Amino acid sequence: MAVSAVDFKSLKKSKDLLCIVILALIAILAFISRLLSVVRFESVIHEFDPWFNYRATQYLVNEGFYKFLTWFDQVSWYPLGRVVGGTLYPGIMITSGIIYKVLHFFNFNIDIRHICVFLGPVFSGLTSIATYLLTKEVCTRSAGLFAAAFVAIAPGYISRSVAGSYDNEAISIFLLMITFYFWVKSVKTGSSFWAACTALFYFYMVSAWGGYIFIINLIPLHVFALLLMGRYSQRLYVAYSTFYVLGTIGSMQIPFVGFQPATTAEHMGALGTFGLLQIVAFVHFCRSHLSSDSFKALLKRFLIVIFFVGVASFLTLQKLGIIDPWTGRLYSLFDTGYAKKHIPIIASVSEHQPTAWPSFFFDLHILVPIFPVGIYFAFKKLTDESVFIILYAFTASYFAGVMVRLMLTLTPIVCVAGGICMSYLLDNFLAVPKSKATVVKVEETEDIKEAASGTESAPESPASPASPKMANSPRMSKRKNEIRSNAKSTKKDDEPSVITVDVKFIVICSLSLVFFMYVLHCTWVTSNAYSSPSIVLASRNRDGSQRIIDDFREAYYWLRQNSPEDSKIMSWWDYGYQLAGMTNRTTLVDNNTWNNTHIATVGRMLASNEENAYVLLRKHDVDYALVMFGGAIGYSGDDINKFLWMIRITEGVYPDQVKEENFYNSRGEYRVDDSVSPTLRDSIMYKMSYYRFKDLYPNNQAFDRVRGTPVYSKPIQLSIMDEVYSSENLLVRIYKIKKPDNIGRSLQSAAKFNSGRRRKRNRKSRKSN
Amino acid sequence: IYIIFIENTPGRYKILDAYMSFVVMMGVIQFVYCFIIGKEPWATFLAGFISCVGSFVLVANLRIQSNPNNMKEFPKITPERSYADFFICSIILYLFVISFIG
Repeated sequence: MAVSAVDFKSLKKSKDLLCIVILALIAILAFISRLLSVVRFESVIHEFDPWFNYRATQYLVNEGFYKFLTWFDQVSWYPLGRVVGGTLYPGIMITSGIIYKVLHFFNFNIDIRHICVFLGPVFSGLTSIATYLLTKEVCTRSAGLFAAAFVAIAPGYISRSVAGSYDNEAISIFLLMITFYFWVKSVKTGSSFWAACTALFYFYMVSAWGGYIFIINLIPLHVFALLLMGRYSQRLYVAYSTFYVLGTIGSMQIPFVGFQPATTAEHMGALGTFGLLQIVAFVHFCRSHLSSDSFKALLKRFLIVIFFVGVASFLTLQKLGIIDPWTGRLYSLFDTGYAKKHIPIIASVSEHQPTAWPSFFFDLHILVPIFPVGIYFAFKKLTDESVFIILYAFTASYFAGVMVRLMLTLTPIVCVAGGICMSYLLDNFLAVPKSKATVVKVEETEDIKEAASGTESAPESPASPASPKMANSPRMSKRKNEIRSNAKSTKKDDEPSVITVDVKFIVICSLSLVFFMYVLHCTWVTSNAYSSPSIVLASRNRDGSQRIIDDFREAYYWLRQNSPEDSKIMSWWDYGYQLAGMTNRTTLVDNNTWNNTHIATVGRMLASNEENAYVLLRKHDVDYALVMFGGAIGYSGDDINKFLWMIRITEGVYPDQVKEENFYNSRGEYRVDDSVSPTLRDSIMYKMSYYRFKDLYPNNQAFDRVRGTPVYSKPIQLSIMDEVYSSENLLVRIYKIKKPDNIGRSLQSAAKFNSGRRRKRNRKSRKSN
Repeated sequence: IYIIFIENTPGRYKILDAYMSFVVMMGVIQFVYCFIIGKEPWATFLAGFISCVGSFVLVANLRIQSNPNNMKEFPKITPERSYADFFICSIILYLFVISFIG
């Protein structure tokens, strides 16, 4: 290839080939770097949410599509049940179901679990390709390769798409990028076919993730900005109106979305822009037939009036209740104090906190400083597409600043901007003023060498394709190149020693060093921070060997084996999906927090004293209660630490039953030692967590390793339930609710009777338990 | 305006314009009907109304793209291509509408 590089046609071919090879290597790299958790531990589903997706996928594969769409799940939200078909985004399940069917059609019999585990890595490979396409549309091909390489290993995206993280985000970032790609393409060409593709992928995105709101607001924003800038063109009309109509009717097909695009405030921006665009187009049409200049001033005033009328009618409709207001989850993005005050359940999730500076650097490394530079370049060469990139960058960085979780939507645009920046830099610093053919030859050979040296160097190798780009292969731009070299030489005459070869060399070296650091950083972060399954906890012994704490599965498996099929398990909602997925038993609440009152009821059970809790537990037919307790091994995410949130959520619904200040001791502290507040000491949660905890330690010196304090020294009486199982490290404790007393006493008095009269026997029976 | 319009427009576009005004009328009639009677089968109304809006928009696209005056803005799209695009988009639109009409 490189030998015959003199011929431009074959050169172009080899460049294409090179591009494909690099992209393929990037995609493979994206796949491989996500497999650390599978290699180290095992191929399992990781977090809480994916367990539900996994269960739903199993249902889809076993029962068929129609049953899946009309599935009424009786295993979750025990007294109520959940209409699953109408309350989830089915995109990810259907995707993996289709992959399953296709693979089985070719007799490649793979278990559905493996498809679920490896879906994230596969789609992140596709994401890097989509990012390449998007960046190529906006900037050059070399920028596309850079962006693809960045996004393949950016930790901000890896954190949501490691193998085993079978969550909606795994496929939806790909869909986001590909939708934007088609949108940019359709604005560029003005073809309604590309706009229809945008709408179809938008439909797919709606079926996959609730983040589709971002798309349906960003694209109208783009259109609106272009209108304001006076960049209206008929391409814009074609692209947006086709996209809006097809996308809206498409998004209404998803049962969970339903009529929302017609009735909620989130979608009204798109509708308003659509109406505005129609008016603008009509006025444009009239003007082309009239051709009068005084029309212009009139037009502008007219448009402004229309705009205000539109906003006013939107506000009145919202007041009248025809249009639903913002949902709380979305509203909390704009009024950042809103969630904490009114909906503690949103604020209680750690992902919904504002992002700190270090986490930006942790997740994006050098992309953070070069991101604004890329945006600057986009501003400098202002086209319709770069306006889109700029808007995307600004909105996404705002949202990522408000919520940790939205770092995910920021990462792709940061990579795109980084790619643009890098390609500009290398365009300027890799252009060596030599005779063309030799330059091309040299660069080409280097590229191939680098690309061939394996996946390790793939992230850096895109650094080089910038070079043939500037060397300008097609015959058409030959002249341009000459002009440019002329210009450069004149420039050199003006300022002789500014950009000499050695300066260029130094810049290139430092850039590649930075890339190298970026790769190292990404690999390090991926392996250390984001590749641990949360269902097994890994710790290291002193000699460096690994110790795995597998208490969750141990306890879940115990429940699966040793409890009746129809038993109901009460736990805090965090564990609902895992319980349903792994124990196959009925739960009261789970991670889909659609019914706040029910969650508050569970919180009230856990926060009240034995007597009241027992009434509630009996009313809900609870058989088992389960708490996580990390005091014995120092696992900080246990239920005692989450307890304050439970109390806050409960207090929002039952303000007269549960009060937060009662759970602080006399000095206003949240303590579990001897100064513990009596309400906390009496609560079920406290008793369940610390029941017989002291027996582990000699002479009453129980020490809680999470809170770092000794615990309450008097023995804890638990009369309404029996401890039936505690896992090896006391991480999961399962209690069975006692039946009511045979002769009608309250369980407390029965327990008192037993312990008072026959203390010895009682103790013996406990020991044998 | 009207006279200039009648004089300047070729026959092909007059057909398209007639179709567009017909679709607008249909949409208005549906809307008025919904306003008078009430929006009981809400999905059906939406499907009908959106199909009106959609076909209006798609024909408008076709008209814009195939207009020789707009050749500068759409360098790559020939009238045949725009017709094929119109065809594809309409198929997608009506598939969605039929599945939504329920």
